[in-house]
Amino acid sequence: MQLEDRQQRTSMRDKNGGGNGLSILVGAATCGRSAGALETMEAFRQELSNRSIAADIVETGCLGLCYAEPVVGIAEPGRPTIWYRNVTPERAGELVKGCLVSGKPPTEYALGSTGEGTVEGIPLLSDLATLKPQVRRVLQNCGLISPTSIDQYIAVGGYDALRKAVLEMQPAEVIDEVTRSGLRGLGGAGFPVGRKWDGCRRAEGHEKYVICNADEGDPGAFQDRSVLEGDPHSVIEGMIIAGYAVGAGHGYVYVRAEYPLAVEYLETAILQASDRGFLGDNILGSDFCFHLEVFQGAGAFVCGESTALTLSIEGNRGMPRPFPRPRTTDVGLWNKPTLLNNVKSFASIRWILNKGAEWFAEVGTEKSRGTAVFSLTGKIVNCGLIEVPMGITLREIIFDIGGGIPGGRAFKAVQTGGPSGGCLPASLLDTPVDFDSLAAAGSIMGSGGMVVLDEDTCMVDVARYFLDFSDKESCGQCSLCRLGSSEMLEVLKKITEGRGSMEDTDLLVEMGEAIRLGSICGLGQTVPNPVLTTLRYFRDEYEAHIRDKECPARVCKELISYRILPDKCKACMICLRECPVEAIQGAKREVHVIDQGKCIRCGACLSACPPRFSAVECIPGRLTDGG
Amino acid sequence: MDDSLPQILSSYSGSQGELIPILQAVQAEFGYLPEDAMSKVAAFCSVPESKVFGIASFYAQFRLLPLGRTQITICRGTACHVRGAPEILSEVKRQLGVEEGQTTPDLEYSLETVACIGCCALAPCLTVNGRVESSMTSKKVKQFFAREEEDAA
Repeated sequence: MQLEDRQQRTSMRDKNGGGNGLSILVGAATCGRSAGALETMEAFRQELSNRSIAADIVETGCLGLCYAEPVVGIAEPGRPTIWYRNVTPERAGELVKGCLVSGKPPTEYALGSTGEGTVEGIPLLSDLATLKPQVRRVLQNCGLISPTSIDQYIAVGGYDALRKAVLEMQPAEVIDEVTRSGLRGLGGAGFPVGRKWDGCRRAEGHEKYVICNADEGDPGAFQDRSVLEGDPHSVIEGMIIAGYAVGAGHGYVYVRAEYPLAVEYLETAILQASDRGFLGDNILGSDFCFHLEVFQGAGAFVCGESTALTLSIEGNRGMPRPFPRPRTTDVGLWNKPTLLNNVKSFASIRWILNKGAEWFAEVGTEKSRGTAVFSLTGKIVNCGLIEVPMGITLREIIFDIGGGIPGGRAFKAVQTGGPSGGCLPASLLDTPVDFDSLAAAGSIMGSGGMVVLDEDTCMVDVARYFLDFSDKESCGQCSLCRLGSSEMLEVLKKITEGRGSMEDTDLLVEMGEAIRLGSICGLGQTVPNPVLTTLRYFRDEYEAHIRDKECPARVCKELISYRILPDKCKACMICLRECPVEAIQGAKREVHVIDQGKCIRCGACLSACPPRFSAVECIPGRLTDGG
Repeated sequence: MDDSLPQILSSYSGSQGELIPILQAVQAEFGYLPEDAMSKVAAFCSVPESKVFGIASFYAQFRLLPLGRTQITICRGTACHVRGAPEILSEVKRQLGVEEGQTTPDLEYSLETVACIGCCALAPCLTVNGRVESSMTSKKVKQFFAREEEDAA
């Protein structure tokens, strides 16, 4: 077996370095595809065939530079791989010609190069401002290897950790290594992984299960999807090792049905791993047997909670079990001991076994070891997927890695932890990003969504948005969560529509406290968080809505107005034609006026007015007619 | 439906743990969960019909009504929200004359929203029959429907 693998590895190396060895790597995960990666890939195929150049076109996962999609890497023997950004189909010809025909790789759209050596005029990819502060472990292979090729995974050291665990270590030694690494669950709660494994190992029973929680339901988070789409084998390897360590024979990857590509890649990877003897009976010739299958979640946010998730696999409504209840590690799926960890936790395991617990723990803070993976989105220049050492500050993430706020706008807040998390203001930008510091500031680490908000974002509207989400996703069994979130949502709607009173803010705090106390699961208990943190840090915005009947960020429709500035209006009729409700009066050479009674405040006039005129403006507060 | 349902069921054993995968397969075939099919699934898995309906109504993925030929799904994720998803949703509603969760009377379009499709970096986005359209604007929505009309004409 080992020899066979070594041969495969050698052949991989040959494929990458010798022979023809030309390959075009196209980032074709969901994000790349939505930016047009498949069309770009087709253009390369056409271009190569026109020029009779033989090269492999490889679909890779996401490099994490979502702002640069579609991203294409061009690998040629004897030269580092060069990565290009925003490669539209039209650019395929130029790149093939420059890189593969004339030998003068274009520098204009080059992001950087990877591999040995340098290319003139092109920096190293790792020197890119957005990548330099990152420490890539979970994401190491994402975007660089084909997620559908087990050979490529093996070529970069894949399944070495499994081999080491199963052939050289006792289960207790594996758990000890994981415990000493200090790895904490990366699904959000941060429970020490080693302790959880140990609990499951000690639980009585022969039949045990390992479940990977890939029910990534937080709006604004896509890091689990990206890992599954970019490097599914790393997750599978971690799960098999977990199965060995806790004594489980069967595993499930619980993944959202909204992630079809992740499901497809996982299923392919499971088949490949089974073919190679990494999965199934007598793994690597040992007595250890482990089988793995994919279970597609049917779209319920609450199923990210461990007991709801196991009930869902059993064919029930996913409603968390009430307390007191046994730990899932004692009584889980089908009432058997069950180990449940997040995608990124499993993907971290191979590092700990390959490099050792001490090496792993070198990065991070005293209480939060290792790295954190975030989806960095919202009002940010470099949107994408990032992996950072625990303890880095929010400021470094947002301004160094993220490149700051686009359009010269001012930073207002950063939201972490999705509907269970909170919004932190500029004064807390120097907060270190780790489990405990974020919790102390009133937010949570969460599963990894990080949404940046700028001055044009209304914090009351953001709170209302998350409450609306939680209200829809409440499973309904605890009345305080089910009814309380609806009531809080009503109050927030009242405020955003200008019907709020000053007492409403106290009412929100009071209801929030009640929901926290009266709900059994993590979803219910954290429903009020987005409201409570915005009230704590952005109370002035609530007060502006209530007292001044104004939305300072000009978002809440009932509390804003559009008007046409008479001295700037060129009476060109463009906005007048765009208005969906015919609220704009005027004619050629007659300055236009918005009928405030008819206006639905959709903003069509503002976006229609040519920038050279900029005659339409949006202002906080409601104008009466003639304003 | 007479042929395809037994064919779907034939690849399952009828245990309760298969309920959700079976319903997913049924919906993949019919586009929604027909009442009759749900009754048959209940019998097949030896559970009360109420149990099947309980699952079908709990999970957002399941639909109890047929879909239009073109399915438009607007992402309501955080990143999309702060980058203008509400505008996109209201523009699509204006164009179609239906609310979310509804289908146009001619069965041409269904409009749905989804918590997040995970393309946050390309927000705001929507999907048309599963294909992601990114960086949407009201204008792009208008152009899309104008093109559709042209194609239909």
